[in-house]
Amino acid sequence: MQSKNLLELASAISSGAVRVVDLTFTLSPDFPVIVLPPEFGQAAPVRIQEISRYDGRGPAWYWNNVTFGEHTGTHFDAPIHWFTGKDLPNNAVDTMPSKDMIAPACVIDCSAQAAQDPDFVLTVPDVEAWETKHGRIPDRHWVLLRTDWSKKGWRDYANLRDDGAHTPGPNPAVMKWLVEERGVIGFGTETIGTDAGQAGHFDPPYPAHHFLHGAGRYGLQCLCNLDQLPATGAVIVASPLKIKNGSGSPLRVIALVGST
Amino acid sequence: MIDPIKPPRRKNPLLRTRLPALPPRPRSRTSHGFTRAAAEGRFVLQRCEACGCFAYPAREACPSCLFDGLTFVEAPRRGMLLAETTARVPSDVYFRERAPWRIGLVKMDCGPTIVAHLHADCVEGAAVRMSLQLDKSGQAVAFAHPEGETANMADDKQWREMTADPKFRRVLVTNGRSVIGQEAAVALRAAGAKTVFVGVAEPWRPFAGENLLRGQDGIEIVTLDAADEKVVADLAADIGGKVDILVNTTEYVRPGGLLDRRGTSIARDEIDQAYLGFINLAQAFGPAMRMRGADGINSSAAWVNILSVYALANWPAFGAYSASQAACLSLSHSLRAELRPGGVRVMNLFTGPVDTEWFQTVPPPKVAPRAIAQAIVSGLKGGLEEMYVGDVAEEIRQRLAANPKALERELDR
Repeated sequence: MQSKNLLELASAISSGAVRVVDLTFTLSPDFPVIVLPPEFGQAAPVRIQEISRYDGRGPAWYWNNVTFGEHTGTHFDAPIHWFTGKDLPNNAVDTMPSKDMIAPACVIDCSAQAAQDPDFVLTVPDVEAWETKHGRIPDRHWVLLRTDWSKKGWRDYANLRDDGAHTPGPNPAVMKWLVEERGVIGFGTETIGTDAGQAGHFDPPYPAHHFLHGAGRYGLQCLCNLDQLPATGAVIVASPLKIKNGSGSPLRVIALVGST
Repeated sequence: MIDPIKPPRRKNPLLRTRLPALPPRPRSRTSHGFTRAAAEGRFVLQRCEACGCFAYPAREACPSCLFDGLTFVEAPRRGMLLAETTARVPSDVYFRERAPWRIGLVKMDCGPTIVAHLHADCVEGAAVRMSLQLDKSGQAVAFAHPEGETANMADDKQWREMTADPKFRRVLVTNGRSVIGQEAAVALRAAGAKTVFVGVAEPWRPFAGENLLRGQDGIEIVTLDAADEKVVADLAADIGGKVDILVNTTEYVRPGGLLDRRGTSIARDEIDQAYLGFINLAQAFGPAMRMRGADGINSSAAWVNILSVYALANWPAFGAYSASQAACLSLSHSLRAELRPGGVRVMNLFTGPVDTEWFQTVPPPKVAPRAIAQAIVSGLKGGLEEMYVGDVAEEIRQRLAANPKALERELDR
């Protein structure tokens, strides 16, 4: 591609001809994090501690110390996050290919089904039905599952009950199929994880993590504003923090959307 | 006979909030034998090891035989009010603001005569029951009560200065996710607190007992994660001026010491919740509490910490947790000194293993959360500074006093 095309893209972004949609939740302490049984290690919650705020601690400047786990807020999962991807080359956020940070997306709208059933699971027939309408999912595309889950209050968002979380996600067959038959670069959701709330009971457990990371693909979760994306044609920019041997990181995810 | 105190009216915003004044502080080093007893609600007097006579005030030699071996021992509390007087225009600012103030001479059945603050129902010539109390300066004073119960006894003006009675006060219980927090909220409300604010961290996470709290009149759930600086500051911005008693029920218990844990993430959580949480709460709520120590019936009055007794002596089975509690104990002493100018008390409750999930495999005796809640109320009503709740806590204290090295070896099992 010639550089003038890139400059055209930049000017289209500047003029608004290409929309930039922010798919990121604000990184804040009150945002729900993944809940594991207490005997396991826990993700450190987001903490923001003021260093100074134009005061005696620093008269002219404001800044914070921030701590958080790699998997808090809107975040990225690298293959090394799961045991299935632990031996792959370049499987961490600092070593993954930079070119994988920009890729187009197919958005599958399941908001109606998720509104009916918090345990909605995406299946192969669901995706095939989507393909009948929008065409076959091309190689190295993100598949983003729109559920409108991001519009809920935090309690309904986490939706924890005494038998675990109840949030939508993919079933094992569709994850295997998306990875092996469609060659997706990754899978993204609006919920706390790429997997369904009850995915620990699937076979294999946590199929999105299992199949994606086992094949060197990526995960994105806690996305929002998916309702502002077209079914096809949006380009996702997702570049995680370059944490040494990091398994993932909070990040700013944006989508570029052209006019139709 | 005392008229019951009335619920305070809303403050007149045109009037300045009066700053706390304190009663005189100076004491001899020896007389802190009384401070120690008053902190725990015990009544002691010096007794001569040679002739057995009781002495008061604190002194270095027996007034009867001049032997220099005087020890503080538990003493009979009964006495008779010889004479009383009312100071109407005292020169001391603290007493002047609270005048008229009654004091009297009490002839103890065990010998000495004591100058004491008087409960309003104490009558000249009648029997009284003595106690040692910590005044607003944190120093021990003698207080005479009528021998029996009288109506509205706890509402006595002079007695309320010696205590942190929850009646009509507004309380913040920092962690309502725990059973201790829930029991404390209910007990404080039952003890007459006007409002009990109950902090709940991560409100998106359901927890047992939530419906119970939500249904209660006078209990208000607020979002509070003590470890989160901003949330604590935000809550203080809303209610900091109406927290009269703060009960720090932060609870983060995990087993393990050093070698059987991998890494520092659990230790960080322990420090985050217990130690940094304490600091966040103190910085957000402390200054207003210190400033409101003389703000009428519902003045700020006390800060309560619930600490593991293993803050005093490390229990290796919960070794890192013990260390986090020791850090909080040390902080509490700093807080006590820093809140002193406001006359705000800091009460520490020491408990052994509590009958909660994280001590599941620890054999009894374990402390029931309700017993802790009741101790909080009775400690506040009695104006205490140190409480040992349950058999284990009491036993650890005694063994520590007897031989710290022996206790260290014995806990190492």
